[in-house]
Amino acid sequence: MKNTRLPANLESAREEIEAHARAYGLDFFPIIYEVLDYRTLYETAAMGGFPTRYPHWRFGMDFDQLMKGHVWQGSTIYEMVINTNPSYAYLLEGNEDVTQKMVMAHVTGHVDFFKHNMWFAHTNRKMLDAMANHATRIQRIIDRIGYDVVEEFIDTCLSLENLIDYHSPYIKRPDAHTPQPLVGEEEPPVAQGLRVERDYMRDYINPPEYLAAQRQKIEDERAKQRRFPEHSQRDILLFLLNYAPLERWQHTVLEIVRDEAYYFAPQGMTKILNEGWASYWHSTIMTQKVASAAEIISFADLHSGVVATGGGRLNPYKLGLELLRDVEDRWNRGRFGKEYDECDDIAAKRTWDRQLGLGRQKIFEIRKLYNDVTFIDEFLTPEFVIENKLFTFRYNRDSDLYEIASREFKEIKEKLLFRLTNFGQPFISIEDGNYNNRGELYLRHRHEGVDLKMDYARDTMRNLQRIWTRPVHLETRIDDKKRLLSFDGSDYTERRID
Amino acid sequence: MSMKRVDRDLNRFRQIVRGKIKKDLRKYMSHGEMIGRQGKRLVSIPLPSIDLPQFRYGAKQGGGVGQGEGDVGDPVGQGDPQPGQGEAGSEPGQHVLEVDMTLEELAAILGEELQLPNIQPKGRKNLISEKDRYVGIRRTGPNSLRHFKRTYREALRRQISSGEYDQADPIVVPIREDMRYRSWKETLQPESNAVIIYMMDVSGSMGTEQKELVRITAFWIETWLRSQYKEIEIRYIVHDAAAKEVDQETFYHIREGGGTKISSAYKLCNRLIDERYPASEWNIYPFHFSDGDNWGGGDTRECVELLRNEILPKVNQFCYGQVRSLYGSGRFAHDLEELLGADERVVVSEISERDDIYDTIKDFLGKGK
Repeated sequence: MKNTRLPANLESAREEIEAHARAYGLDFFPIIYEVLDYRTLYETAAMGGFPTRYPHWRFGMDFDQLMKGHVWQGSTIYEMVINTNPSYAYLLEGNEDVTQKMVMAHVTGHVDFFKHNMWFAHTNRKMLDAMANHATRIQRIIDRIGYDVVEEFIDTCLSLENLIDYHSPYIKRPDAHTPQPLVGEEEPPVAQGLRVERDYMRDYINPPEYLAAQRQKIEDERAKQRRFPEHSQRDILLFLLNYAPLERWQHTVLEIVRDEAYYFAPQGMTKILNEGWASYWHSTIMTQKVASAAEIISFADLHSGVVATGGGRLNPYKLGLELLRDVEDRWNRGRFGKEYDECDDIAAKRTWDRQLGLGRQKIFEIRKLYNDVTFIDEFLTPEFVIENKLFTFRYNRDSDLYEIASREFKEIKEKLLFRLTNFGQPFISIEDGNYNNRGELYLRHRHEGVDLKMDYARDTMRNLQRIWTRPVHLETRIDDKKRLLSFDGSDYTERRID
Repeated sequence: MSMKRVDRDLNRFRQIVRGKIKKDLRKYMSHGEMIGRQGKRLVSIPLPSIDLPQFRYGAKQGGGVGQGEGDVGDPVGQGDPQPGQGEAGSEPGQHVLEVDMTLEELAAILGEELQLPNIQPKGRKNLISEKDRYVGIRRTGPNSLRHFKRTYREALRRQISSGEYDQADPIVVPIREDMRYRSWKETLQPESNAVIIYMMDVSGSMGTEQKELVRITAFWIETWLRSQYKEIEIRYIVHDAAAKEVDQETFYHIREGGGTKISSAYKLCNRLIDERYPASEWNIYPFHFSDGDNWGGGDTRECVELLRNEILPKVNQFCYGQVRSLYGSGRFAHDLEELLGADERVVVSEISERDDIYDTIKDFLGKGK
């Protein structure tokens, strides 16, 4: 087995970087670095950073694309780090020392973020073991059931893996359980009104209107109980685990897919902030402390590659870094709050400086409490949008091109937030698990202005039906008209509902 | 850590891709766009069904936020989105999953599905490919090739013989004279040469669609032959009543009027072989495409004579592909079949429409010659 430990000179660089990071106030899990050749690095990347995953062609596909991108297009991954305690980070063998140092500083920022950001608080820090367990369990199922059948079922589950409730680890939701049997109650309650001692008082104490209201209340209560699930359900995978007629091994596979989806979810929720934070710290540590005079040019070259924006695209590293720096500057100079916001003297605003020095403290607060949505929502300013040349773009049917649509602050912020809300996934929930009183599944897509990709939606419904086994329905809007899509296992129908 | 697992997944993925392509190979072979996508060594094959479907947003009312110069209404830069930016939801457009394949992989699928036999090259092998092999040790060389063990052995030997070596304090320090380096030799490996000679009728009756059929067929011929030979030369001859040699670009786009005299092309082809590609050293593959019209009976007889006496003895096989056009009589294929059909070095195939390319390739390359 090849030695993958850090060579001595990088080991001392690591100690130096970590000491500086601690002095700046970063606090991170122990980090174990491994230096890998590019093939091994890409293998690991294809498997989401974990050395052991269950067998699935998707990992092979990702690996194939990474390798071909590397060999034919010269694209390179420098670094990868996984959210575990201790954290594992991988470096590419043969990179220049200055590159490795920058990457280590960057990684240190990520690991601090993993440890402190609240959206990661519920992730399993022993995921390395969990992933290996998942692999073993699925391998056992494959040995018993056969590769093809299990693979097909994994494909089905992966097609539904985004149907989870991204906020559920943080919020207590009424669960999908319905404790009593739905039918066959022994004696339905009767609206009796208040107790009456004397017969002649009856109409006075329980007037007919009051009794009617009582009856209605009981009826409503019962109707609500008959609803299944009682509340609409965002964690569709959980609902399926609880109620779909799955075989035991299928239940295990679906549970594993759901588990891993929840593990990776916070990384999607904090892409901009997390990369911004890591870039802020690699830049700070390298320029202020670690990079020698001989290394600074190489560092600048590398860094500008990381934060480059080409072809009008948004680079999350750049956006996150610039926005954090902007916040730091504003809080250092006191450019926030009622007094600043209401000041309409442009000259005064431009030179506004209350010498508060609160910048560092503020961005540490942001790294603890925010995700991409709340970060952008609270701290994106019109000045920032102008300075960073942000714009919205839209598709032009006539020219078959995407073109710049607006440079207005309000529109840019709205579009950016929309794209980030629910982490770019459409909102879909289960409304009824007993639709038509025939055990059919009724889903609703909360339409926010963008239609679903229909061919994908149809294939996804097919997969959903495969698990639920009864017909499935999806309420959505197509071209601004309310539609109900249905798939009953053999035929696909679509009708207008209003 | 065991990292070998991805190989199993990779093999499975390749197997799935191969399966999908094989299943629809006839369809893929009739697509012209595959050639347009051809990079240097890679082809991108659109495989819509391999992607895992999910509920996700469509592109219609899409769009997003970008960064950079430009006024409202200016187009946003095109090109593939860069990795790592998907989460920001900012890349323009939705993409059908494209699988990149090397031409070797594609050729392997083609060969398997069409059951194409490997070619047994004929002729003497030419010495062309060079290979470096490390064979020995020498005293000079770059540091990257320093032989650590040999160097220290030399130093030890020197120190012992000069009495410097002390067993109680066994420190060995190599000096410049002790340095040993690996040395290499170039070895030449014999390889077979091959040449493809394309001939095409460019008279008025050959239209755009006919040429497209030829272009797609040629793409698959080359894909296969490239997998069989290390180096391949390709020559292009166009003809109407007279023949001339052209480059690839001209070959597919030139349009001439006038009559058709196929023998002119065969004569030029024969001369090319005699001048440049001696049959003893080259594997020669002439392919001729036309819509089957030829000038009078006399010329066809001359063609047959040329083939029988001159061309056929020198080549691996001679392939004639007849594309259907509105004006072509399609006679030439019949004549060839009738007069030379018994000769197994002659392959005649008709390409009426794109779906036939699959069968034509099978006809042309199915003999393993």
